[in-house]
Amino acid sequence: MMKLNLPMPGRRFVIGVPYVWLVVFFMLPFLILLYISFVDMGNDISPFKPIWNHETGLLKLKYENYWSIFRNAQDGTGLFHTIYIEAYMRSIWYALCTAVLCLVIGYPFSYFIARSAPSVRPALLMMVMLPFWTSFLLRVYAWKGILADQGVLNQLLMALGLTSEPIQMLYTNVSMLVGMTYVYLPFMVLPLYANLVKMDFRLLEAAHDLGASPFRAFWLVTVPLSKAGIVAGFMLVFIPCLGEFVIPSLLGGPENIMIGRVVWDEMFTSNNWPRASALAVVMIGLIVIPLAIYYHFTGDEK
Amino acid sequence: MATGGFKDNYLVTEKLVKRFDEALAVDEVDLSIAQGEIFALLGSSGCGKSTLLRMLAGFEKPTSGRILLGGKDVASLAPYERPFNMMFQSYALFPHLDIWENIAFGLKREGLAKEDIKERVGEMLDLVQLTPYAKRKPHQLSGGQQQRVALARSLAKKPKVLLLDEPLGALDKKLREQTQFELVNIIEKVGVTCVMVTHDQEEAMTMAGRIAVMSKGRVLQVGSPEEVYEHPANRFVADFIGNVNLFEGVLSVDKPDRCAVQTAIGEIQVGHGVSGALNMPVAIAVRPEKIEIHKERPAVDHNLFTGKVKEIAYFGSYNTFIVQASDGKRIKITEANTSRHDLSDITWEDDVFFWWSDAAGVVLRD
Repeated sequence: MMKLNLPMPGRRFVIGVPYVWLVVFFMLPFLILLYISFVDMGNDISPFKPIWNHETGLLKLKYENYWSIFRNAQDGTGLFHTIYIEAYMRSIWYALCTAVLCLVIGYPFSYFIARSAPSVRPALLMMVMLPFWTSFLLRVYAWKGILADQGVLNQLLMALGLTSEPIQMLYTNVSMLVGMTYVYLPFMVLPLYANLVKMDFRLLEAAHDLGASPFRAFWLVTVPLSKAGIVAGFMLVFIPCLGEFVIPSLLGGPENIMIGRVVWDEMFTSNNWPRASALAVVMIGLIVIPLAIYYHFTGDEK
Repeated sequence: MATGGFKDNYLVTEKLVKRFDEALAVDEVDLSIAQGEIFALLGSSGCGKSTLLRMLAGFEKPTSGRILLGGKDVASLAPYERPFNMMFQSYALFPHLDIWENIAFGLKREGLAKEDIKERVGEMLDLVQLTPYAKRKPHQLSGGQQQRVALARSLAKKPKVLLLDEPLGALDKKLREQTQFELVNIIEKVGVTCVMVTHDQEEAMTMAGRIAVMSKGRVLQVGSPEEVYEHPANRFVADFIGNVNLFEGVLSVDKPDRCAVQTAIGEIQVGHGVSGALNMPVAIAVRPEKIEIHKERPAVDHNLFTGKVKEIAYFGSYNTFIVQASDGKRIKITEANTSRHDLSDITWEDDVFFWWSDAAGVVLRD
């Protein structure tokens, strides 16, 4: 037993590092967030009050931070008719749309790379990742230049005589979706590629041999076998899109407030840290649920 | 199955050629396969046998030539339009489908009624004795069971031709021997015409009715296992099928019923004519088991030579001796191990006599 214990400190250290990382940079901030979400708004000096009331000596949890997300106190229209719920729904909807768009564009992309000659694959993958070398903000800004009323695309359309005056593209849902799809596409392509490249293409031959047309073989063999890649790519796009703040702010319309923007406003405009925290906690819940579904799916593979 | 007058040449390839860039993979192959026959394409890797099979299946397009099934050209049909089904090397079972679904895959593509599919899959599961495993996934089965699923899947659609690509290649030796007979039994029960590809001559000899020996894209000989073994057409076939001792020499006597060849170890008598020119270079092939080895001089007057035992290998059922002949050539001789103790007391460095009857040798011109 003594001998077995000898290498343990080193091993503990190696295994411990990720845990320490998670505790310090994920667990602690989350607990702080959770704490703030249950206290009262503060003043100019401290943005929130302590949870412990010194005068009464009582612990005071302010559930109101959460209730106000779900219930509109002002006009009494009842549950779920709040700007917050609307913003959540909108965020989920656009995150879903983005994930679907990324899947539709990314799947043929990944399939093409996976089926190309092994010697050209690194170059093709490089092209997928190349945009990461430029600043994220610059890339999003570039879309402004393309989609603006006097932008490249409108000028091209007018030059071709397809339209006489500029089409409003910037600051709409379309421009926001274009931006998000563009930015998150690699997150779909990479896991899908990793999955498809492992696929045994003889299975497709077997399907052809048994009478499946190329399309049927794709649908009955390739798609089911790439399910894990589809789910992984979908989650990798959906989750960050849900809380996306920068792209909707730069490319989206003013009327379509997403939840990231709402949290920002509560935090920095209304200075209501507790409510901003409560909104963030609820959003984490929204992310954990699809993740749980994902793990349920991948758990099945065994 | 209406075949018209095509029973003996049911599946025919005519001058079939496949060229990959500059490399000639299959070179003008003419084959004629009878209905219900098990036909093996035998050759070492890279000989073009797999490419030939893939052309039959439709995965490769012939560069030129025709593939005729019952007189009709099928070379232009896509794999999913051909009445050919293939059992893939390492099976290519669909990992996401259970055994039942794997076997039903082809039937569903035909748009059969649900009950018909159920019945047919049931029959197939019975045939390969896997009914209790219907709901398992392929990875939950042993190699031999997977092999049977692959067979059932390829037979489910009642193909006109069954293609087997190294059907036993993924099994270990013991299982392979068992499975060979099982496989042949099932194929014969179904009565399907079968083309198999293998690099294993033993597999080809036990399973196939006829064998095509291939090398460098060409078919060198087509014949029954006995024919290719006993009467190889050329040096390559003789050497490829089983073990052989080749003696190079020139034709010295050529009569209709016998001939003789002058070789480095002396004159060798052969019990068949070759109708060739005298003094033409030929080789004589003699199988190791057809040579007798003795310590005492046997009472024979031809094909008797002497040598020194250099190596002895014990294989259980037989012994192999490597004997160095007078000219330095190493000759392989095998003796069946019929008695338990008596290894005919021949040992290393013994001077021995060896001989074979004039019916044992075969003259090879190519």
